[in-house]
Amino acid sequence: MGLLSSKSKEILLGPLSKNNPVIVQMLGICSALAVTSKLEPSIVMGISVTAVVAFANVIISLLRNTIPNRIRIIVQLVVVAALVTIVSEVLKAFAYDVNKQLSVFVGLIITNCILMGRLEAFALGNGPWAAFLDGIGNGVGYAVILVIIGFFRELLGSGTLLGLRVVPQAFYDFGYVNNGLIILPPMALIVVAVIIWVHRSRNKTLQEN
Amino acid sequence: MIMNRDSNIYTVVYASVMVVLVAVVLAFTSQALRGYQKKNEDNDKRQQILRSIHVKATANEAETRYNEVIKEAFLVNDKGEKIEGDAFSINVVKAFAQHTYPVFIANVEGKTKYIMAMQGAGLWGPLWGYIAVDDDRNTIFGADFSHAGETPGLGAEISGAAFSSRFSGKKLFYDNTFKSVAVVKPGKSVANRDYVDGISGSTITSKGVDKMIFDSLNGYVQFLTSQNQ
Repeated sequence: MGLLSSKSKEILLGPLSKNNPVIVQMLGICSALAVTSKLEPSIVMGISVTAVVAFANVIISLLRNTIPNRIRIIVQLVVVAALVTIVSEVLKAFAYDVNKQLSVFVGLIITNCILMGRLEAFALGNGPWAAFLDGIGNGVGYAVILVIIGFFRELLGSGTLLGLRVVPQAFYDFGYVNNGLIILPPMALIVVAVIIWVHRSRNKTLQEN
Repeated sequence: MIMNRDSNIYTVVYASVMVVLVAVVLAFTSQALRGYQKKNEDNDKRQQILRSIHVKATANEAETRYNEVIKEAFLVNDKGEKIEGDAFSINVVKAFAQHTYPVFIANVEGKTKYIMAMQGAGLWGPLWGYIAVDDDRNTIFGADFSHAGETPGLGAEISGAAFSSRFSGKKLFYDNTFKSVAVVKPGKSVANRDYVDGISGSTITSKGVDKMIFDSLNGYVQFLTSQNQ
């Protein structure tokens, strides 16, 4: 990390924990619930959002001094929509099955609050390098939470990880059953809540009275 | 460069240039990736057809397996006569509208199976699928269903093997009349025809599958009965 100044480091690493978009800022919850019933789509969704938010941040940051103020939200939306369309086309070409599982949620990255939030709050006021780090940080912060949720939901709900069986057959012979409930979105919300609980209890500064 | 960023002209020109640039980039991406996407779609379709006759194939081996198993593919009209056309690449919706119906003849472990295409509507969007019958052209050998955007965990379950396997062994004809196979609420039953349980909590999708099987196979009736006597 010698390449990065302390400010850059904070921009990059802040969103991973203290300023996490999902569990602290409560952004992007919708897709975090919807795509995490298996680990693989969670990972792909995390990567897709990271790519989109990083490049959108850079593009908006480069354009920030030219964007007419009255249509800045429209400009941001066009940039995001174009990037999401490209990601969706690339997935269709090279990860067809995952694209089918993610279905509408790739398109819905456009409405992911993390994107608009970072573009408005950060990219419009900072240079491209800082904006890129901010995008990567927030994207990875989001991806980490998705992967944690996806891990537990696939493990407990299907007894598999990335489609490979990890719960041994002997467990089932003894009467262990997969918990079908955890596949449903409400259980994802509870998993998110448990992550937030653990996270808050370790970070006293985030606790509210 | 000093420019009034709040002027109307600047705003309009900016928006126009941006839109044109984005259009060019997207058109280029779409063109560049079209070949890969088409290949994926075709292999996906082959996998669906193969699933209806219980042949498992990954996307990579779909084409080889398909060529091995499917002996013949042709179109029939509503009188059951064979007509010219490409059964695989034809759009099923358009084909049905012109009263032409794709048929695939497969050879599974020495036995002939007839695979027919289906097309219908679910709760949120189109449904489609393939249904295979034994050489008596009556008993269902297997089926496969797909959907564009049914609710995950509910209607989307129709694409799983748990649902499609319920069709195996059911009969399309009852007393020599075409009755299709009904999809009913779990626990309910219907008289004088074969039926399978639908999916709890997705009544509209289940009804859509029921209607899709009836409407689609109705066009194949002449084909199914023509060599039955």
